[in-house]
Amino acid sequence: MDSKKICEQLNIKKQCQKYGLTLWQCPQFLFLVMGIIIMVIIVVSYLMAIQRIEDPQIVILMIIVSTLILVIIDYIIVHSFERLAESTRMKMEFIGIVSHQLRSPVTNLKYALEPLMSGELGETQKKQLDYLTVLKQNVDRIQELIDDILVVSRIQTGVLSLKKASFSIVELVEKTIVEVKPLSLASNITINFRKGKNIPNIISDSFWVEQAFRNLVDNAIRYQKGKGIIDILLEKRGQNIYLEVKDSGVGIPKADQKYIFQKFFRAKNVLKSQTSGTGLGLFIVKGVIEKLEGKINFSSEENKGSTFWFKLPIK
Amino acid sequence: MQISKKKILFIEDESALQMTFGNMLTKEGYEMIKAMDGKTGLELAKEKHPDLILLDLILPKMDGFGVLKGLKENEETKEIPVIILTNLENTGDVQRALELGAMTYLTKANYTLSEISKKIEKILA
Repeated sequence: MDSKKICEQLNIKKQCQKYGLTLWQCPQFLFLVMGIIIMVIIVVSYLMAIQRIEDPQIVILMIIVSTLILVIIDYIIVHSFERLAESTRMKMEFIGIVSHQLRSPVTNLKYALEPLMSGELGETQKKQLDYLTVLKQNVDRIQELIDDILVVSRIQTGVLSLKKASFSIVELVEKTIVEVKPLSLASNITINFRKGKNIPNIISDSFWVEQAFRNLVDNAIRYQKGKGIIDILLEKRGQNIYLEVKDSGVGIPKADQKYIFQKFFRAKNVLKSQTSGTGLGLFIVKGVIEKLEGKINFSSEENKGSTFWFKLPIK
Repeated sequence: MQISKKKILFIEDESALQMTFGNMLTKEGYEMIKAMDGKTGLELAKEKHPDLILLDLILPKMDGFGVLKGLKENEETKEIPVIILTNLENTGDVQRALELGAMTYLTKANYTLSEISKKIEKILA
């Protein structure tokens, strides 16, 4: 192994990023922590042993044997953990490659359907247009799923690229609300927006903040039961920006709440009424917000509604 | 007096896209030149001097970055505007293409045919 590889192995932060894991889940960091624990155990065992056993050679022998056992166990655990993390990373990389390969034929379909539907290639009869619309809707669904899987793969392999810059979070929220208004009006849903005083610009990735916020609002609209209200609150809280989306929708059953940020999870009560949806949206929102050093959480009651919020550092 | 049509070189190995884009751009009044691989694309650019090049990045024989580099190193082709049209969307790829001299970078999945057509029209106006 050359020196460059050894340095890379010793760079714990880089290793954790490679696996897309937090510090406390990272095999290399855990190996270091367990090493420190073993050293503490050696010192404590030695101090205790010399008080009880008279022959120092036996004490040293006992310490060496117990240390060896601990190091071997430590190595086995951490090595297995590392292999597991590596296989997860490779799996996500593979999913990323496959999804990318799927994009080309889907894009080809999308581009072929466009002139057919617009009538550029000759008049299309109503019945033909109905079938083409079905095709187009399903192409869009596949594309949405592929896009989501690609983002999930990037989050999990730690390669989601972020471009941080200063922007107005107020403008971003207001713009998004205007954009979702037609959908909310069509669903008979009123959106109320309340903002606190003196909300500063924030330094973050405006694209992903918008995606996260839009996803929460989209969910709030989709999972209403008929006429409903969505309350959006934006305010400054300490060194953070707090953004909340509260709906009067179907809510999340208590038993499902702990799984809500997991990949491909969809609550049982929405599966009955909403068949579309990839179950990746909230996983992506959480992944993105955490990458932006923010926090996300929610509270919910079935048949009463949900409140999702996230906060992001101002700088 | 007949006004000569603006020429667009489309370097793309997907025949389905060559067809859809070819039909759209011909209908818009452009002259289409097609290349199915990077090497041919670069040769056609030197030979035909198109007004605009639409360039995919994953190509046989020579990838899009190689084509872009070749175009920008040649006195006769270095001023031709190049639109990257690809499904790669890593920041590294976008940055590399723009640094090599691409005018703009479009991800196929994010644009419709008519949106791309409008962008072409704007560049060639």
